[in-house]
Amino acid sequence: MIMTDIGANSANLMLRAQNVQGRSLWVDAWRRLLKNRAAVLSMIILCVIAVMAVLAPWLSQYAYDYQDYAVTSCAPNWWNDPGVCNAGGTHWFGTDSLGRDLFVRVLYGARVSLAVGLVATMVSLLIGVAYGATAGYLGGRFDAVMMRLVDVLYSLPFIFFVIILMVVFHRNFYLLFVAIGAVEWLTMARIVRGQTLSIKQKEFIEAARAAGLGSLGIIRRHVIPNVLGPVIVYVTLTIPAVILSESFLSFLGLGIADPLTSWGVLIADGTAQMENCPWLLVFPCAFMTATLFCFNFIGDGLRDALDPKDR
Amino acid sequence: MISYALRRGLGAIPTLLVIITLAFFMMRLAPGGPFDTQRHLPAEIERNVAAAYDLDKPVYQQYFIYLGRLAHGDLGPSYKSKDFTVGQLIADGLPVSATLGLSAMILALVFGVALGVTAALHQNDAADHGIMSVAMFGITIPNFVTAPLLTLLFGVYGLRIFGADISLPVAGWNGGAFRNMILPVTVLALPQIAIIARLVRGSMVEVLHSNYVRTARAKGLPSHRIVTRHALRAALLPLVSYLGPAIAQIVTGSLIVEQIFQLPGIGRYFVLAALDRDYTLVMGVVITYAAFIIFLNLLADLLYAVLDPRVSYRT
Repeated sequence: MIMTDIGANSANLMLRAQNVQGRSLWVDAWRRLLKNRAAVLSMIILCVIAVMAVLAPWLSQYAYDYQDYAVTSCAPNWWNDPGVCNAGGTHWFGTDSLGRDLFVRVLYGARVSLAVGLVATMVSLLIGVAYGATAGYLGGRFDAVMMRLVDVLYSLPFIFFVIILMVVFHRNFYLLFVAIGAVEWLTMARIVRGQTLSIKQKEFIEAARAAGLGSLGIIRRHVIPNVLGPVIVYVTLTIPAVILSESFLSFLGLGIADPLTSWGVLIADGTAQMENCPWLLVFPCAFMTATLFCFNFIGDGLRDALDPKDR
Repeated sequence: MISYALRRGLGAIPTLLVIITLAFFMMRLAPGGPFDTQRHLPAEIERNVAAAYDLDKPVYQQYFIYLGRLAHGDLGPSYKSKDFTVGQLIADGLPVSATLGLSAMILALVFGVALGVTAALHQNDAADHGIMSVAMFGITIPNFVTAPLLTLLFGVYGLRIFGADISLPVAGWNGGAFRNMILPVTVLALPQIAIIARLVRGSMVEVLHSNYVRTARAKGLPSHRIVTRHALRAALLPLVSYLGPAIAQIVTGSLIVEQIFQLPGIGRYFVLAALDRDYTLVMGVVITYAAFIIFLNLLADLLYAVLDPRVSYRT
């Protein structure tokens, strides 16, 4: 009786063990991330902004460069200031000095800013990972020389070179993407190099090698997944930095050119007219700040979620 | 110590040379010269103008001519402001920019350290959370957003909220009057205050939990003495190594701030010259900034070496 009980119990346990699925690092991290309220809220807000940016042409009846001269520099309908003209019900954010709808322009600004953020970050990711991994993998003298170069580049005022590039190539839209990305790869290279260097010497790499796994297999199966965590965290923090750089250049008049727009251009326009038309400043600022906050919160959340120290 | 300083100083020269070379050749890559105008001048005049600025010589010769003049402190004539040399324009603007940047740096250090230490001493209290949330704002919101918003608040609406006396001037330098400096310096310092506060809080928390601070407490030293004498010294070391990047960020920020508040500093010249394709002026400003940043970085390095007994002068 007792024997059968134990037997049934252990059979039960074994059955249960078969049903339990292993939780990978990523599933674990994802669960921890979902518990972080600020990060989840940020992801939702960011998704809304991104979807609105993609659907911009269909969300408003106005084209981003359509000029309605009947309503130049007019406040939105709900703006309680009798001193300024009223743009009417369909211009939700009011209009600018050329009678263009601010709502659709803010969304087009989001398109440019987010696109720059993604593409330039990709460029920085490619350069940084390739450079850092090479330095870390080769090690020794190569590593010393390569990282010394990064140190030298760190002390250069890089934004000036982007500005010179923009002057030289006359505000080329695509060049802007690449130029900003080419500036932001230094920290990425440092992170990847450090990680590669420390992982290279871990016991599990040795064990994998002893078990007969080839170099490529080790890199694919063991090195990359371990480098990925910090890289993903840094990517989420690079995107806002890149958006900031682009807006910085556009604000100075060295980035995106009219009639196309970005948040930096809109904020610059708003600054020029803030005494009479404060809505031109408030809405682009609000969208941009919200986006930057979201990326920072997600980055912080990811860092907490992926950091094994907190377990 | 002196030989260490000298070696670091000499090490800065190649960096500066790299910057000058990069800037020079990038400028020369530009399609279209600085004298391309709508009007078509006779070919002879164009040739004379080009010859006057050495533009008719091969690029490598121009480079060495430029380097030779630079060695004598001559940054050449401005291509667009005909009656001025680049040196004169920079000499005009530099005091304004330097005053602005240094004031912002001092403000950031004083407030950043004070806030960071306060937060660390009240770790996980309301004060700590409050300061750190505000710091998050300071880090996230860029200065080209804070500048117009603060202007709107204190310059434009200041009249309605506080009465005429308190509203601040929103533009102009006015010979460096204190009232004119409040807004630009604040805007420039805000992100740095936030970053420094975070940095100091982190290292201060770490130091306060260290063994030697516990020993000091066990000896019965008063709390303020432990903080000022024992903890603060070690906690401020990471801050010294942040000074370099902070300087670079303040210089970058000053481009925006000088633009928004219309201050006659070299940042404003730089942006105007870049939009105007005034090559020599752009290069002159880049070189000035680079020399400035490299020099201050060097100073921060030496300060670190003096403060941290673990740094050996041999490396």
